Amino acid sequence: MAEKTARPLSPHLQVYRWELHMLMSILHRASGAALALGTLLALWMLLSAAIGPEAYGHFTTFCRSPLGQFMLFGWSVALFYHLCNGVRHLIWDTVHLFEIRNAYLSGLLVLGLTAFLTALLWGPLWFGW
Amino acid sequence: MSSKMNEKYQSPLARARGMGSAGEGVSHWLKERIIAAALIPLTLWFIWTVAHMPSWDHAGVMIFLSNPVNAVLMLLALGGSLYHGALGVQVIVEDYVHNEALRFITLMVLNLLFLAVSVACIFSLLKIAL
Repeated sequence: MAEKTARPLSPHLQVYRWELHMLMSILHRASGAALALGTLLALWMLLSAAIGPEAYGHFTTFCRSPLGQFMLFGWSVALFYHLCNGVRHLIWDTVHLFEIRNAYLSGLLVLGLTAFLTALLWGPLWFGW
Repeated sequence: MSSKMNEKYQSPLARARGMGSAGEGVSHWLKERIIAAALIPLTLWFIWTVAHMPSWDHAGVMIFLSNPVNAVLMLLALGGSLYHGALGVQVIVEDYVHNEALRFITLMVLNLLFLAVSVACIFSLLKIAL
C-alpha cells in the first residue's frame, strides 16, 4: 500500500444542513455502541449474584450511587431509543415509510416513544409515580 | 463468514456476480435483522425484569433466576444482545478503521471479547440456576 500523504478534507459536517434522519441515524449507531459497552453491567450483575450476597451487595451499592444511577439512566435511554429506532429500521427493510413525510413522522414518533418509555421506567423509581 | 454461508441467502444472480465490493455480507445483514426481531420481545422482558430487581435482595434474585423459564429468557436476551452487538460493532469498525492491520486486530479482539462476555454470562446463569 502506498504511503498516504496528508491531504485536506473538504468540509462536510460544518457545511451540510443537518436533518432529523441524519441525526437519528448516527444516534442509532452511537446508542448501539453504548449498549454493547453497557452490557458489561449486566455481566457484573450476573457474576456478582453467582459469587454471593457480598459481591452482589457491592453491585447494588454501585447501582444506587449517583454515578451508577447516571450510567443506568443513560443506558436505558440508549436502549429505548435503539429499540424504537430499530423497529423503524426493520420497517424500512420492508420498503415502507421511505417518503420524506413518513420518515420524519416516524422519526418524531420514535423520539416521543423513547421519552415516554424512559419516563415510564424512571418515574416510579425516582418520583414514586 | 464463509462464502458458502452467504450463498444460501443470495439470489442466484447475485451469487453468480459476486455482488458488492466484498462479494459477501448478505448473511451478516440478515442475521442482524433476525436476531434484532427476536430481541424485541426479549428486551422488553429484560427491561421489565431489571426494573423489578432493585426491590429484590440477593436471595430474591437467586430465586428468580433459578426458575428455568427466567434463566432461559435471560440467556436468550443477553446472548442475543451480545451477538447482535458483535455484528453491529463489526460494521462500525469496518467503517471507521482504515488501516488494514489495525482493523483486522480490532475485529478479532472485539469478537473474542464478545465471546468471552457471553461465556461468562452463560456460566454465571448456570451457576445460579443449577
